This record gives sequence, structure tokens and C-alpha cells, in this order.
Amino acid sequence: MNRALPLIVVTLALLALATLFLVAGPAMQIRTIDAPEGLEPYTQAQLNGRAEYISQGCVYCHSQQPRSPEQAPDGLRGWGRPSTPADYVYDQPHLLGTMRTGPDLLNVGARLPSQAWHLTHLYQPRAIVPQSIMPAYPYLFEAKVQAAEDDVVVPVPARYRPEGKFIVARQAALDLVDYLLSLDRTYPAERVDLRDNGFAAKEES
Amino acid sequence: MNFTIGTLLAFSFAASLIAVAALIWAISTQQFKITESDARAVFDEGEGGKLDDPTSSHSDRSPSAQQPGMSGEWRRLLIVMFVTSTAWLVFGSVFGVIASLKLHIPDWLTGSAPLTFGRMRTLHLNSVIYGFLSLGGVGTAFWLVPTLFKVSLQKVRFAMSGAVVWNLALLAGVVVIAMGWNDGQEWLEIPWQIDIFLAVGGACFAIPLLYTTAARRVNHIYVTGWYYMAALFWFPALFILANLPGVHSGAQQATANWWFAHNVLGLWLTPLGLGAAYYFIPKIIGKPIYSYRLSLLGFWALALFYSQVGMHHLIGGPVPTWVVSLSVVQSVMMVISVIAVAINQHTLSLGNLWAWKESLPLRFVALGAIMYTLASLQGSLEAVRAFNTVTHFTHYTVAHAHLGVYGFVAMVLFGGIYYMLPRITGRAWPMPWAISLHFWLVVAGFAIYFIALTIGGWLQGMAMLDASRDWLESMEVTIPYLAGRSLGGTLMTIGHLVFAANLAVLFLGRTRRFVEDAGDTDASVATPRSGA
Repeated sequence: MNRALPLIVVTLALLALATLFLVAGPAMQIRTIDAPEGLEPYTQAQLNGRAEYISQGCVYCHSQQPRSPEQAPDGLRGWGRPSTPADYVYDQPHLLGTMRTGPDLLNVGARLPSQAWHLTHLYQPRAIVPQSIMPAYPYLFEAKVQAAEDDVVVPVPARYRPEGKFIVARQAALDLVDYLLSLDRTYPAERVDLRDNGFAAKEES
Repeated sequence: MNFTIGTLLAFSFAASLIAVAALIWAISTQQFKITESDARAVFDEGEGGKLDDPTSSHSDRSPSAQQPGMSGEWRRLLIVMFVTSTAWLVFGSVFGVIASLKLHIPDWLTGSAPLTFGRMRTLHLNSVIYGFLSLGGVGTAFWLVPTLFKVSLQKVRFAMSGAVVWNLALLAGVVVIAMGWNDGQEWLEIPWQIDIFLAVGGACFAIPLLYTTAARRVNHIYVTGWYYMAALFWFPALFILANLPGVHSGAQQATANWWFAHNVLGLWLTPLGLGAAYYFIPKIIGKPIYSYRLSLLGFWALALFYSQVGMHHLIGGPVPTWVVSLSVVQSVMMVISVIAVAINQHTLSLGNLWAWKESLPLRFVALGAIMYTLASLQGSLEAVRAFNTVTHFTHYTVAHAHLGVYGFVAMVLFGGIYYMLPRITGRAWPMPWAISLHFWLVVAGFAIYFIALTIGGWLQGMAMLDASRDWLESMEVTIPYLAGRSLGGTLMTIGHLVFAANLAVLFLGRTRRFVEDAGDTDASVATPRSGA
């Protein structure tokens, strides 16, 4: 260990090996698959909403990857079947998440299909779930004395809004809810072989 | 299916064992040109055997003895690195405390987007990882590499431009994240357009260290140098590949994301921390590490295994079974590397408990090294599928991440800065009592932080797995522990303010003292270490 060059070459080679396994290998398997029949590409509004989801940092509390019944009761909680790589072909960047301070959202559009529910919940989560610790997002809304004709008025209970004012959703809130409602992977799973079946395998053997 | 998974697992396990066996063979038959006496590379001739600590009254050298050969521009560079690093620490800590409070006071500061939890948390992570720890770690390398190689730092201007570019780019990064522009992946939030400048800054950091290595006046590269050399090339490779725009997408992007994010810990922060610990522990105590050849096993096993552990963040997720299993196996194999480092560092520090009492910098560094062992063993356990099923998606993981990044890397860095700055500036620490206060504040704060989140996270995981309980219970059960985390985090932040104040007084404080110090400095340069 008296020379720098061999050390640098070998350590970089070890990283290249790891990259081959962890990045290139899965890429070859996953990037060639087709979109499932039941999955639509995002609309422009949904993509805008997705950008809002990223910008507000929703991913730090909400995962989008239900686990298999062999591992955890995610399905029983209404979060959906175990997801597979095919469910994410239109996702860039991915938003799998690593935290469940809030519930999993991969199928929230199927579980909670009401726009009014989501808008109210975003304006003040505690208006719907009193114990919730989710941030309120009042800045995605406007408080107006008189709502215009094309305004989307949010049915916020009176005690959660400024007196005598209507809460109207801004475009950002509408897009964000559009995206949340689009989260629906209830069609039959495809390419189940490409997800982590380490738990299923253990049950069988 | 079963056959394939089992075979792959067995294959990767066997390949790893063969690699380790080959490594042990090479070490024991002396294929590497190192001897135990190379471990004394941390000492100059005639040094060693005595406590060396500028903050202790029993030290071998004066508290304001400056390192010989410190040029003005080299000193200014180091000051810029450590001052900006500390500034990022203070900002990052405040962001962290705000984010923590928001988790149990959700209606606090909800009026504007930059203050929302999702952005505060992101500002916290990016400030402490790319600001505090990266700048502090590289700053330490800017001092340790030339010191070990017995030359002054080469191409200092490159390094200084790097410091300026890196800081400005990171500042731009956190400002745009606060404004709502980010790339959307954990650890990779800074937009790639700004990442280009971070990469340029990083290259400006690497060049002077390479020139310094080439100009070295010693034959042997001490273990600290192995970690630094490797990290200097690992990080740019990781950072550039992971940030390439338009290359990754979908579930595949998740594998690239966690390949990167775990390697930032394993192949960047860990080598920066371990490299520093391998220097400061023997240097301060005055005795070489326990077994120099064992450090080879620790280093190469880290290079081999740590680089492949990232997929344990996706256990049970939508990525192929084989790649998850590979990472689980390698996470467990990391135990080999960790035990090797532990034997080397802890036998020395725990065998010299008198030095813990004498030296505050040693206390920081040696405790940090012990936290590395604990965090790594805990990490190997968390990668095991059965354990991960409970802890994945919970605050348990957050506690673990802080045990590694804070308990280990930040603590080593604190100790290192307390040791280095008097040697760099020729000025003694103006408020020695504040070092002790800093130590106890962050130790107490972090103990509260870690214990609270570990218990809270475990309860959260158990509740989430219990189908008979509503999911909401898994959130509610964490609330008292989240409040505990805020308390611990606040104590840690106060500790950081004490640290920053001590640093500020060192540079800006009473002028009289400076004049006296300047005299001391000249004398010390001329006398005791001129033979070095």
C-alpha cells in the first residue's frame, strides 16, 4: 500500500462491479418491460400535480409501494396489491418513498376518490382526521369573500376557515388532487416476477 | 423461482466469502507491502508515547503550537472550509429542529411553502450532508493528507476555488429547494443543473490532494490515506452517475437512487470519518493502532461489501428479488469490515481510558468511532428481512441514520476540528470550558434523540404490522417520541451554537490575545519540531 494509483484503480473497479449489479442489472430487466394495459400515461394536469407533490415534499411521509400480504397487511389497509415495476413505467422521477408517517398512496385515487375530500384534507387535514399530523397547505388555496363562477369552492367546515370567507382552490391544489386521484393501480398485476418476492418464496419453501 | 433466488443468494454469499478468504490470505502472506511499523506514520520522529492534544494542559505540545510549514494560503483555505462547514451545521440543525417540531405541532408555521415540513426536512439533510459533513470532512483531508505526507498542500488555489464554488452551489441548491424546485429523489434533491457546479467544486477539491500525494516525502501511504484516496474517486463517480438527467426512471430509478444514497454514507462519509479516526485516535493517545495489518481487512472489505448494500432500502418493494437479496447478504458481510476497524480503534482507545479523561477531542473522536461500530452492526441487523419488515417505513430508520451520520461522522469531525484548529492557526481555544459543554450537550441530546426515535419507530412498525389495529394508531403511538426527538435535537443544536461561538471567538475575539499568540507561533515554529 505504498502507491496511490493501484489503490484508486482497484477501489473504482469494486464500485463499478457494484454499479453493474445494483444499477445496470435491474435496469436491463426493468427498462424493457411494457406498460400494463390498465395503466394510462399521466395527463398534463396530473404531471403538474405530480410536480407539486415533489415540490411540497410529500414523498418524505408517504410511500407508494404496497408490500405483499406475506410480509405485511398493506392490502388489508386498502393500500392495494403488491406493486411491480410495471406499475411505475410512467414515473419519472420515481416516488417510492421510504417512510410511512402517513399511509401509502399508490392507490389513494381508488381508496378515496372524492376531489372535495382531498381539497378539504389538503387545506386542513384536522378538519377530517382530528389526530392527523400532516401539514396544512393553506397557501395552495385562497380565502375569498365572494367566489367567482368558475372557482372550485372547498367545503371546509366553518370553524376551520376565516369567518365569512369561502375557501377556493388554486390551480396548484387542483392539479395536486388530479394527480392523487390518478393514483390507481387496481388493474391485475403484471411482471410480478420482477418485484421482491423474497417473502413469498420463504412462505412456500 | 425458489431455486433461482436460493442459488443467487448462495452464489453471492460464496463469492463474498471467497473474496474475504483471498483478502485474508493476501494479508497473512504479506502480499501487501506493509509492516506494523508503518502504523507509526502518524508520529514524527521522536514523537509518540505522550498525549498530544492542544486542549489539554498535560499535552506534549503547547496549546498554541502551530504546525510547521503552514503557509498563509493553506491556513486561509482550512479556515474557510471549517467556518463554512460550521455555518452549514448551524443552519442545518435549525432546519432539523423546525422539521422535528412540525411533526408534533402540525399547525405551526403552515403559512408559506418554504416552511412546510417536506422542504424543511430536505433543507436539513442537504445542509448537513453536503455542507457540514462534506466540507468538514474534505477540510480535514486538506490538513491530514499533507501532514501525513510531510509536505504542504499543493495547488491550494484550486482548493480555494473549490471551496467557493461548492459553497455557492450548495447555497443555490438550498434556496431553490426552499422555493420548491427539486429533483424529487431523496439525497438527490438539488437540481442537476446546480449539481454540475458541485461536481466542478468537488474536482477542485480532488486535484490538490492528488498533487499532494504525488509530491509526498514519505514512502508509505498510511491507512487514513487509503480511505481518502478511495473516497475522492468514489464520490464523483456516484454523484455524476446518479444525477445524470433523463437516464433513470420508474422502479429502476429507485435502485439507482438507493445505490447512490447508501454509497454517500458508505463510500463518502464513512471513509472521511474512518480516515480521520484512524489518525486522531493514535495521534492524541500517542500510541499506534492495535494491528496495522488488520486495517487492510477493514478497508478492502468495506470497498467490496459496502458498495453493494443499497437495495436493503427497497426490501419488499417493486425491484427484482435477486438484487434485494444481494444487498441483504452484503449488508451482513459488512460485519467483517466493521469488526476489523473496531478491534483496531477501540482496543487502543478503551485500553487508554486515562486519555478519555484528559482529552476532549479524543472523547469526541473515540466515541464517534464506537458509534460507527454500533451503527454498522445495527445496520446489518436492519437489513435482515424479518427485522426490516418491522423497521422499514418507520422512524427507527431515522434514528439509525443519525447514529451513523451524527453519532459517528459528526462526532469525529468535532473532535478533529478541536484538535486541528490550534495547530492550523497557532491560537489556543479561547473558551476551553465550552468544549466540554458542547460535548455533554450533544451527547445528552443525541442519547435522548436516538432512544426516543428507536422506541417510537419500533412501536410504529409493530402497530403497522398488526392488521387488527387501525393504521392511524401506528402514527399516534409515535407522538410522544417525536416530541422527545425535538427535545434531543434542540439540545444538540444548542451544543452546535456553543461550538460555533467558540470558533467565532477563536477568530474574532480579543485582539490582545492574538498579538501574544503571534509571538508564540513564531517561537514554536522555530523550535521543537524543526527536525520533522
